Amino acid sequence: MIIKILGSGCKKCVALGENAKAAAAAAGKAAEIVKVTDIVQIAAYGLMSTPGLVIDEKLVSGGKVLTVQEIEKLL
Amino acid sequence: MNIFGWLNDQLLRMQWLSDLVTAGVSAAGLDPTSRLGGSVQFFVYDVIKIFILLSVLIFAISYVQSFFPPERTRRILGGRSGIWANTLAALLGTITPFCSCSSIPIFIGFTAAGLPLAITFSFLISSPLVDLASVILLASIFNWPIALAYVAVGLVVAVVGGTLIGRAGMEDQVAEFVRSVPVQDNDQTMTRIERLAFARDQVVEIVHRVWPYVLIGVAIGAAIHNWVPADIITALLGQENWWSVPLATLIGIPMYADIFGTLPIAEALVAKGVGLGTVLAFMMAVTALSLPSIIMLKRVVKTPLLMLFLAVVTGGILGIGVLFNAVTHWFI
Repeated sequence: MIIKILGSGCKKCVALGENAKAAAAAAGKAAEIVKVTDIVQIAAYGLMSTPGLVIDEKLVSGGKVLTVQEIEKLL
Repeated sequence: MNIFGWLNDQLLRMQWLSDLVTAGVSAAGLDPTSRLGGSVQFFVYDVIKIFILLSVLIFAISYVQSFFPPERTRRILGGRSGIWANTLAALLGTITPFCSCSSIPIFIGFTAAGLPLAITFSFLISSPLVDLASVILLASIFNWPIALAYVAVGLVVAVVGGTLIGRAGMEDQVAEFVRSVPVQDNDQTMTRIERLAFARDQVVEIVHRVWPYVLIGVAIGAAIHNWVPADIITALLGQENWWSVPLATLIGIPMYADIFGTLPIAEALVAKGVGLGTVLAFMMAVTALSLPSIIMLKRVVKTPLLMLFLAVVTGGILGIGVLFNAVTHWFI
C-alpha cells in the first residue's frame, strides 16, 4: 500500500510520517511512505489544514497528528 | 491616575522593559542618548517586546482559532451571498490561521464547495491583512485609535474587494482542476486539553518561522531610527510628495515578510516623520501581497482573475494610504 503524508515540511508532518511508518510496521504491512509537499497537490485532495494522511489515494485525516494506534486502525 | 492608560503603557507598550533596557545599556557603559547606545536600546527593547507579545498573543488567538477550523468557516459561509456574507467572510478571515501559505488550500477548498468568488476573496484578502495579533501589536507600538482604524479599513478593503471581484463575473477564471476537488469534511471536535496543546504548538511553530523576519525588521528599524537622517527619509517618503504612498506600496508588494517584521520598520519611519498612511500602505502591501503568494495563486486562477485581484488589492492599499495621510493629525 501507499501512504502519503500531505504537508509542506512542518514539524507535525514529520511526526505524522514517523507514526505512519511505525503503524505500518506494527500492522505487519509493507507500505511505501510518500511525502507530498507541493501545496497545490495537497489542496487537490480537498485538504485545508495540514498535515494530512492519505492511504491508497483516500484522504483519511486532516489537520491532526494521528497516533500510531489511530493509524493502525485505518490501515 | 488613569488606570487604563497605565495598564496600556506597562502591559502593551512595556514601559518597564524600555526603562530596564535603558538601565542595562547604561550599565554596559553605553550612553542611551548616543547613536550607538540608542540603536542598541531600540534593538534589544523591540526584540524582547515583540517576542513576548507575539508568544502571548499567538497562544490566546490560537485557542480561539481552534474553534474555527477552515472546514467550519466554510460551513458557516456556505449558501450565503450579498454584502453581509462578504462582511462575515472578512470577519472570519481575522480569526483564521496566520500563514499566507494556507490561503491556497482554503481558496481551493472554498471554491470546490461552491462558495462564490466574492465570499472567498473577501476572506482571502482579510486573512493575512487583519489578524488579531497585528491589531494588538499596532496598539502597542502606536495607539488604540490607529489599531482600530487599521482593522476597520482592512475589513473595508476585504469587503469591497471581494464584492468587486464577485461583480466581475469571473467564476470561470479558476483553474479547471479546482472544481473537481473533493469536498472533505473531516472536522473533529477538540477537548480543552487538545486546544491548549494546539495553541502551544502554534506558538512554537510561528515563533520558529518568524524570528528571522523580526530580527531583520528590528535591525532595519534601529538603523532608520538612529542612523538615517530624517531629511533623506522625508525627501523620499514625506507626506508632501504625491508619490510617497505609491512608492511605499510598490516597495512592499514583492517583499515577503510577516507583519511582525514590518512593525518595527513602520515604528521607526513614523518617528522620522513619514505619514501614517504611507507606513500603513507599506505594511499592508507587505502582508497582503507577496511574490511567492502571487506565483502560488497563478497556479489556481487564470490570468484575468489574478490581475483583477492584484488591481483591487493594490487600489485599496493606495486608497487607504492617501486617506490616512490626509487625516494623520486625528491620530498622532
